[in-house]
Amino acid sequence: MFEYETLRMIWWVLISVLLIGFVITDGFDMGVGTLLPFITKKDEERRIMLRTIAPHWEGNQVWLVTGAAAIFAAWPSVYATAFSGFYVAMMLTLFALFFRPVGLEYRNKIEDPRWRYSWDWAIFAGSTIPPIVFGVAFANLLEGVPYVLNEFLQSQYKGGFLDLFNPFSLLVGVFSLVLFVLQGSTWLQMKTEGDLRARARRITMVLGPVATILFAIAGLWVAYGLNGYVLTSIGDLSGPSNPFLKTVELQAGGWLLNYEKYPVTMLAPLLGLLFPLLAALASKYNRCGWAFFTTSLMQVAVLSTFAVSTFPFILSSSIDPNISFTVWDATSSELTLNIMSITAAIFLPIILLYTSWGYFKMFGRIGKEFMAKSQQSSY
Amino acid sequence: MDDIVDLSRFQFAMTAMYHFLFVPLTLGLAWMLAVMESLYVMTKKEVYKDMTQFWGKLFGINFALGVTTGLTMEFQFGTNWAYYSHYVGDIFGAPLAIEGMMAFFLESTFVGLFFFGWDRLSKLQHLMATWLVAIGSSMSALWILIANGWMQNPVGAEFNYVTMRMEMTSFVDLILNPVAQVKFVHTVAGSYVAGAMFVLAISSYYLLKGRDLSFAKRSFAIAAAFGLAGIISTLVLGDESGYEVGDVQKSKLAAIESEWDTQEAPASFTLIGIPNQAEQRTDYAIKIPYALGLIATRSLDKQVIGLKDLMKSHKERIRNGMIAYGLLEQLRSGDTSDQTVAAFEKVKIDLGYGLLLKKYAPNVVDATEAQIQQATDDSIPGVAPMFFAFRIMVGAGIALLGIFLFAFYQSARNRIGHSKFFHRLCLYGLPLPWIAIESGWFVAEYGRQPWAIAEILPTHMGVSSVSSNQVLFSIISIATFYLVLLVIEIFLMFKFSRMGPSSLNTGKYHFEQLENKIVDNH
Repeated sequence: MFEYETLRMIWWVLISVLLIGFVITDGFDMGVGTLLPFITKKDEERRIMLRTIAPHWEGNQVWLVTGAAAIFAAWPSVYATAFSGFYVAMMLTLFALFFRPVGLEYRNKIEDPRWRYSWDWAIFAGSTIPPIVFGVAFANLLEGVPYVLNEFLQSQYKGGFLDLFNPFSLLVGVFSLVLFVLQGSTWLQMKTEGDLRARARRITMVLGPVATILFAIAGLWVAYGLNGYVLTSIGDLSGPSNPFLKTVELQAGGWLLNYEKYPVTMLAPLLGLLFPLLAALASKYNRCGWAFFTTSLMQVAVLSTFAVSTFPFILSSSIDPNISFTVWDATSSELTLNIMSITAAIFLPIILLYTSWGYFKMFGRIGKEFMAKSQQSSY
Repeated sequence: MDDIVDLSRFQFAMTAMYHFLFVPLTLGLAWMLAVMESLYVMTKKEVYKDMTQFWGKLFGINFALGVTTGLTMEFQFGTNWAYYSHYVGDIFGAPLAIEGMMAFFLESTFVGLFFFGWDRLSKLQHLMATWLVAIGSSMSALWILIANGWMQNPVGAEFNYVTMRMEMTSFVDLILNPVAQVKFVHTVAGSYVAGAMFVLAISSYYLLKGRDLSFAKRSFAIAAAFGLAGIISTLVLGDESGYEVGDVQKSKLAAIESEWDTQEAPASFTLIGIPNQAEQRTDYAIKIPYALGLIATRSLDKQVIGLKDLMKSHKERIRNGMIAYGLLEQLRSGDTSDQTVAAFEKVKIDLGYGLLLKKYAPNVVDATEAQIQQATDDSIPGVAPMFFAFRIMVGAGIALLGIFLFAFYQSARNRIGHSKFFHRLCLYGLPLPWIAIESGWFVAEYGRQPWAIAEILPTHMGVSSVSSNQVLFSIISIATFYLVLLVIEIFLMFKFSRMGPSSLNTGKYHFEQLENKIVDNH
């Protein structure tokens, strides 16, 4: 259908799209989970918060599941190297993710306050640990990951769990959490009433500027504090996926080269700085819909900034930069990419269609009256 | 190194078997919910809505753990089986990604609407949501089993020495893989039995207690019909028709039957006996003439090849594999002359057999006769576990057939609730489908050993370069989490099953009626 080279670009875009789908949708329900124990002590209000995400979080989580499966299928060696290299971090994320489905499903089944209180903290952990780990992981991708490949393409990670953490990665971890919480706070503004909504509004107004500042610091750090990976030569862009055929150099400011080459991509970081401020502004004027819309665009802008900066690298080796995985030498075969492209072309629009229908059907604010009326369906 | 392999295998087996405690119930119950709600929409009788909501409540408790434990499965291919993921991701990853896009999104989006859409959707819209959950979950199973079927019989793929991995050559072959197809039908039908048995057993509990009878009888009747269809499909469309293709499937079949020597067709079936792996024979065997040939080949003249003959051919292929491995090393070190490539192409089909030697002789090409013999001995699964697990599965299956036949007969004659003994049998028979299913998976996956991907990638080659402490850490943590979650889920299941439809707060059912009476008396 398409050229191999084009297909490889398509999958770089599609995986970005799946991850953006994840941070927008699971972003708000994880954000709500992080806020859950802090924003209110009243069980009734907590139930309202959970009720706003209850019909959607299962579908939202599939963006993550499908994103991971797409990485497995489209970039098998990246999936293999990253998941086994970040072993302990991945396991912690997994354990955290255990808590969400059970927490959200079981919390309201029993009326005992201790039961509910415990699940609230479980949901908090399940919603807070993953964004931090994702932030730390993305920071490590920018810094380079200490792994090697042998002649049979077996990868080995040479670092330890604690090596993942350094000032830069912690900064990005916190930034990532702030993004998720922002997304949750604008969702709550849009879906709740009264006190809850007012508190969520204040959170957006505070965290909006915080996100902009953190993003700016991280950006300056990438520009002046980190070496970027730069491709100095590569073989056939349509050749078989073999990471040994290129040469790579580390350069100060190397992650900025794409912006020089394609100035229009500067829009991504600029909008990433702007949208959180706009979200705060929209909240100030009580435009909840706009607030949610701008935090969603903020997620798009921030992830796009990451994608533009690191292109064409997916996973870079700090030990042997030449074996880093790029968009052109880490992919599956042409046939596999073709088959999956056809599937995605058919099913992604259908998914968007029925997902939107679901949100449309559940449209509207949820308050005390609603909860009282719908005992039946609140499970 | 061996440590890592054993620990990773243990973790995979533990998490997969645990995952499959919940999956069958999701698969089976989803269709029963769709049937119940269809009856509600067609007859407008509230009791069918109550049934949908009550069994839906139990469905939800189970569903949460199905989703949770499914995440582990997805993660650990990458975390613990990194070389596997690299080596076969090109083929194995695709059905998983397609599953996400085609099925899991559908199931998960509509399950939210199923639970929370009762007063937001029209009756027909809600019914559609329920059907889509059922369709989505079974479609999800289809793609997962296509991936799994490929591990058993890897068709439509070829090794590429440049990328050092298997690559897809035909997507059609991958999805029409006969092993995947029979596996799908067998697994899904078996799961429907689990769903049916769940409803049958819990309805029997209400019948024994004499409460909410019309609710319980209706549930029982639906379960009886659904379960009978399920168990007949499971038994008739058993997996064995998939045992004719592929060497590993043949080894499995021979191991299941503990058939060491190839018999003249039609082979007799060993009903029971004690497999003796060291001496390569079966002790105390009781045999039924002709039966195995008939069951396995569905003919009187085709042979079922015995383990000794299979191992003889394995040895041959291991020797060939050594040549393939040597040539691959040449190719990887840069000698890609036409001659080397052509020589490699000729023997590359046996490369996997060469890799079997890696466990005993890391350089493969210099393996001694003794090491080759060792690899050959290990080229078949342990026979005794296969032999017994298979018989446990079939035994449980036949018991289930009996239960569902009688249950169906009772509901056809409108005599549900008449036999206390039978309802007690139904109640205590609840674990039977799970016993059958877990033993079945054991037969399928343990029987695949020593391969991760049949004849292509040995299990011991598939692991990640991680430390055994890391794997130990994850095993202990996962086991702890899983144990706690299991206790909680069983606690909730018991609580809501005991409460029954009274938990819906409709005011119509046993405990609420009881409360009303108490209030009236005051």
